[in-house]
Amino acid sequence: MNKTIQTLAISIGLVGFILMTTTVFIDFNRNSFILTLSLILMTIGGLLYFLNQYRGSLPGIKNNHVYRNSLTNRGVLGFLLGLLITFIYVLIYWYPETLGYQSQAPSTGLVALFDPLSYLLNGKPASQWFVYGSLYTFAILLFGIKFIYKYRHNRYQIIRTISVMFFQFGFAYFIPEILSAFNPDTPYFAKDLKNIWPLNYYFFDQWHLKNMLNGENLGMFFLILGLALVFVISPILTFFFGKRWYCSWVCGCAGLAETAGDPFRQLSSKKINVWKLERYMIHAVLVFIFLTTIAVIWSFLGRYPDYFIDRNRFFVIVVSVTLLATGVIYFTKRNGFSKNSRLTVASLGLIIVTVFAIRAFSNETHVLFIESAKLQKSYGFFIGAAFSGVLGVGFYPILGSRVWCRFGCPAAAILGIQQRLFSRFRITTNGGQCISCGNCSVYCEMGIDVRAYAQRGENIVRSSCVGCGICAAVCPRGVLKLENKELKNRMPTYEVPLGNHL
Amino acid sequence: MGNKNLSTSVLIIGNGISGVTAARHIRKRSDLSITIVSEETKYFFSRTALMYIYMGHMKFEHTKPYENSFWGKNKINIVEGRVMSINDSLNSVELNDGLRISYQYLIIGCGSKPNKFGWPGQDLKGVSGMYHLQDLEQLEKLSPYIDSSVIVGGGLIGIELAEMLHSRNIKVHYLVRESSFWNKVLPKEESQMITRHILDHHIGLQLETELKEIVSDTHGRAKGVYTSNDDYISCQYVGLTCGVKPNIDFLTESESNIKTDRGILVDKYLQTNIENIYAIGDCAQQTQPNPKRLAIEAVWYTGRMMGEAVARTITGNETPYNPGQWFNSAKFFDIEYQTYGWVNAQPNPKQEKHLYWEHPQKNISIRLAYHPNTFKFIGVVNMGIRLKHEVFNQWLEDHRDISFVIHDLQHAHFDPEFYGNYIKMAKTKFEQHLIPEYS
Repeated sequence: MNKTIQTLAISIGLVGFILMTTTVFIDFNRNSFILTLSLILMTIGGLLYFLNQYRGSLPGIKNNHVYRNSLTNRGVLGFLLGLLITFIYVLIYWYPETLGYQSQAPSTGLVALFDPLSYLLNGKPASQWFVYGSLYTFAILLFGIKFIYKYRHNRYQIIRTISVMFFQFGFAYFIPEILSAFNPDTPYFAKDLKNIWPLNYYFFDQWHLKNMLNGENLGMFFLILGLALVFVISPILTFFFGKRWYCSWVCGCAGLAETAGDPFRQLSSKKINVWKLERYMIHAVLVFIFLTTIAVIWSFLGRYPDYFIDRNRFFVIVVSVTLLATGVIYFTKRNGFSKNSRLTVASLGLIIVTVFAIRAFSNETHVLFIESAKLQKSYGFFIGAAFSGVLGVGFYPILGSRVWCRFGCPAAAILGIQQRLFSRFRITTNGGQCISCGNCSVYCEMGIDVRAYAQRGENIVRSSCVGCGICAAVCPRGVLKLENKELKNRMPTYEVPLGNHL
Repeated sequence: MGNKNLSTSVLIIGNGISGVTAARHIRKRSDLSITIVSEETKYFFSRTALMYIYMGHMKFEHTKPYENSFWGKNKINIVEGRVMSINDSLNSVELNDGLRISYQYLIIGCGSKPNKFGWPGQDLKGVSGMYHLQDLEQLEKLSPYIDSSVIVGGGLIGIELAEMLHSRNIKVHYLVRESSFWNKVLPKEESQMITRHILDHHIGLQLETELKEIVSDTHGRAKGVYTSNDDYISCQYVGLTCGVKPNIDFLTESESNIKTDRGILVDKYLQTNIENIYAIGDCAQQTQPNPKRLAIEAVWYTGRMMGEAVARTITGNETPYNPGQWFNSAKFFDIEYQTYGWVNAQPNPKQEKHLYWEHPQKNISIRLAYHPNTFKFIGVVNMGIRLKHEVFNQWLEDHRDISFVIHDLQHAHFDPEFYGNYIKMAKTKFEQHLIPEYS
């Protein structure tokens, strides 16, 4: 590593960043040259920095000085970066007009700067969301290259990173924008091919369902794809590969966390109490999203009574599915109820009670005396924006890169429940080779205390594990391996690890 | 003095892997009161991770495998202090602060300390081993003032120390007595691979070179060394990493009745000459060791296994220490090393023959050892590729034939998904070499 080159690289990147920021204050209007120049400068600065950072060092684990660096050890730089990202998120979510967005008139400032790119891709002027999506994708691609270079000795990491880069650029950004360009007259619906419900919490919203239904072939395609993802594709893939197929190979949140967020993965807390908090929070969000989704489908069906299922049928389906789930738990746990299974049954009970209440006390616009639109809006504000955006990304340098995925994402919760109970995926421990060094736990972005299992010679089967594979990569003794194998003996326990004849 | 007293069923001296494992397993199996006396740190930490603290991969907190609350929850009492003497007739020990602890059973797991071979200047400031947390803290304090360092001793701690210092851009002069790195343990090709790798990392490796003398400046700090070649190397730090020895001075100095040699002498039940006193881990010396094993094994895994065995004995299920098939692992800079079974670096050709495959470009190799007459599989050494403990353990237990092992080698693969199929490459070579022998 050459310090002069490092300074030069930061300067080039900063010039690009400042150039883009200037457009907030000085209107360059639709100057495609400034946009191109800014993106090129940031790319050159970034690539130069990353290449130089690992230049001259042999392929291998590159965690030197992680905890000696103010940026990656919750130092002043870390807090400043956290503030900066949070600030940008707040502007994009709640004050887009400061970035030049105007809903009625042509935009100015930063949003206008992206107009040329937006016209090129989808034939429409840019919105603040287009700016956000473009920069988000840009960050994943740029930091993805860094991550691949950092882990150039590890083919699992290389292939996985190419996968998240591909899905973000292709499925979440390029193809949706092109589809919008080719179908300019269809009403808006989410065209992110991989955005699965309930991560996309408005999938079943009235306006969204309606727009898909009115969206001709394309709308039908996205409706069917969306339903297939939830009910067919995801359960099958999760069974064979664990939730990693989505949570560290496909999802856009993973895309950013695994690339730009990688330097902060070690900041996730491994404390047992935080694990408890995680389980309460993520499952509470899941129950909440179930209830609101039931509520919005209910009100949707009220508006379209002649749709192929009506309210009564929907009611019967929801209640019987919930009762079935409860029955399964009773059956499998009949020899002793753990606290977890009691909580699960309580949650399912809550859903049933709520569904009955909805049936009794709802009309066209109000579900349980609450305007259904408001219910969705508050979820969108608290969970969708504040949690996944501000806390999830803004707090990377403070809480680690997976706060949202760990504590808030309802899709991760569903996949996690399946992964824990019905999947071929596990992390295998290599006999008695663990030396309890703790690298695996430190670098687990989901806050799993991997070592606690490895040092007992036990496999790791945890609902939160996204299968990023970094624990296996950083292990100095070759102890951990991500595997998909037969369900039998997936979680063996031993009195002592392998090697001792007692 | 002596005005404070404490009584416990099981007293454990030392909270390293062996003592802590003993405590955990005694707790699992009984309600005996357990007290651990520890001087180095209050809570158990993983010594193997010291290097990662220095390199900034983790903080000290992260090296603790159990949260601080774990010990209270499991009713394992921890006393900070240093045991000065053991009175076996009163069944009590005395600590440096005067506290007297009486016990029913005493387990000594006091670990090792770095070897020093009487070099002139070995006790100067800026000279240390890399074993205790305090060694690390000292080095951390000194580091801003170190431009150049000397490491003595070609073993696991030596190469880790080289990696540590190198991570801080400190020039490392690495003196190794042997003609190739760790070649008493690693067979020739593997040893040469690591030697090349050390040089690739720009470490100033000096083979067949020993330390002669450490030179002091006017403040009693090391300022340089003379090597056995009479070269002078200027440095601000000297790391002595020529192995470790049992840390039992407190026994020999206090004239206890516990019999010692190099370590504390124990029988196969890990019992010392005194009935209710046991010794486990690095400090124990087996009086009747397994013929394939050393009397003192300063290895993480054996410390743990002794803890597991002694816990059974103390809780009423008398269990001899009987480790199974040998296994070990390490990481030399970027190259991982594993071994299962009993591969000798310089085998007697009448008793042990080797098959060796090395990747033409990468630092990856597999070596299989077998008996030339019976073709019985003896063991494996693998570098840069991960192999499965469970599978090799089973093959060794079942006395498998070398051809069986080669045929099924794929089952032992433990590399991450999508890695190259190096096993297949190795297998092809092994089959070519072995088949002529069979026929």
